[in-house]
Amino acid sequence: MDFISKNLPYLLAGISVGGQYALIAIGYTMVYGILRLINFAHGDIFMVAALVTVYATTSMPLYLSIPLTLVVTVALGLLVERAAYKPLRNAPRMSVMISAIGVSYLLQNLALYVTGGLAQTYPAIPFISGTVQIGPATTKMVTLVTPVLTIVLVFALMQLINHTKIGMAMRAAANDFETSRLMGIKVDNVISMTFLIGSFLAAVGSLLYFTNYASVVPTSGAMPGLKAFVAAVFGGIGSIPGAVIGAFIIGICENIIKGLGWTTFSDAFTFALLIVILIVKPTGLFGEGATDKV
Amino acid sequence: MLKVENLKVNYGGIEAVKGISFEVPENSIVTLIGANGAGKSTTLRSIVSLVKPASGSINFLGENITGKDTNDIVARGITLVPEGRKIFPDLTVLENLKIGAYMRKDSLEDDLNWVYDLFPRLKERHWQAGGTLSGGEQQMLAVARALMSRPKLIMMDEPSLGLAPLIVQGIFDIIREIHRQGVTILLIEQNANMALRTADIGYVMETGSITMTGSGAELLVNEKVREAYLGN
Repeated sequence: MDFISKNLPYLLAGISVGGQYALIAIGYTMVYGILRLINFAHGDIFMVAALVTVYATTSMPLYLSIPLTLVVTVALGLLVERAAYKPLRNAPRMSVMISAIGVSYLLQNLALYVTGGLAQTYPAIPFISGTVQIGPATTKMVTLVTPVLTIVLVFALMQLINHTKIGMAMRAAANDFETSRLMGIKVDNVISMTFLIGSFLAAVGSLLYFTNYASVVPTSGAMPGLKAFVAAVFGGIGSIPGAVIGAFIIGICENIIKGLGWTTFSDAFTFALLIVILIVKPTGLFGEGATDKV
Repeated sequence: MLKVENLKVNYGGIEAVKGISFEVPENSIVTLIGANGAGKSTTLRSIVSLVKPASGSINFLGENITGKDTNDIVARGITLVPEGRKIFPDLTVLENLKIGAYMRKDSLEDDLNWVYDLFPRLKERHWQAGGTLSGGEQQMLAVARALMSRPKLIMMDEPSLGLAPLIVQGIFDIIREIHRQGVTILLIEQNANMALRTADIGYVMETGSITMTGSGAELLVNEKVREAYLGN
């Protein structure tokens, strides 16, 4: 009993953080699935979403600022794709990756410019910022909301991908652009759809993630972005269920390590895990084999 | 129906197609035969705008379609069964068929029944992932998928490649059957014998140029064609 009451808060936090990583990781894994690109700017789009919330809530009520955050984040994701990746569609993969790194630093530095380098206080979003008692543990509502919302969104996404026409086109394009074009699929629209979904989920993730933090700085997206990326690789990059499961495992492990008193080691654990996966099972838990692009 | 004039295409830094002209009349089977690397695939790919022609014109049903978007060309009624079949391995057989009709908004019921009649094997396996089918079945699926767009002109790039003789026979039977049902066919083949037996008109392509033309029957008995492509 003592063991449970001591570790329950960490387990709950782990599940919650895992859900938040999952929402970011889906963006990485979907973009990789279709473009074979690691979108290094994704974590920074996540950070921009938080800044939009910060600025929006100072001038408008929450029922407007949350939709605005979602819309602006999606628009940013689409803009990044159009401006930085689409012109490089036929370029070597490395060029696109370098472009992604460029966008990442661009967004961080734009954020630095806009915020003047000052940490921006993240607003308390009612309901999810409230506290709740679960057995012996006291936590914020967001801890409970995150896994539920994550699962609902992932379920909806899987329905979209497996049972709609656009979802079928996304799966086809992930197999083969050229043949998809022969079917009359506008591959650029399918790619835009992928960025739209990824950015939307990152925006939802930012609302949940930053509720646990006091403020946002321009580099706030880097660490959760990297963790989500590791989760996507762990789950098998390109696979949505893989990214979600990977994210929950990483979130839970990190927090259990914190619970054991090794807080300073928790980040290192995630990256050590990345190295081990890449050595032992580079395709991750549910990754496609080497024959991915037939 | 399809009229290609002075088509030049550069591909991979070389002039792969060097100013060819040919025609596909409505309701015919036309074949382009020639060795590997003659520019046959590049010709078909440029018709559907997967590669952009350097110069020349492509007219379909009296309209210039040169360099238009692929989805626009597909919407006009041209479809390509690509070399190597290129079915979507992770999609089910049924999904592969549905995606062939991606541009259409009407009911697919009749067309599914139609292609299932042509290829009963696909009906049996409609729930399987496309990638689990055998080579011959994948070729059937690729043809059926192309038919789902209700094409006026179906172009086939080496449908017999890598298939056992009996399966090849089956594929050509299907080609004739599709033709009988009113679809115009442009076929490219290395299997010149089968292609010329099936075609109304044949063109021989060598290193980017058309060197000979005639009816399928004429080419079949032509001395040079026999020597170069029929092995005797």
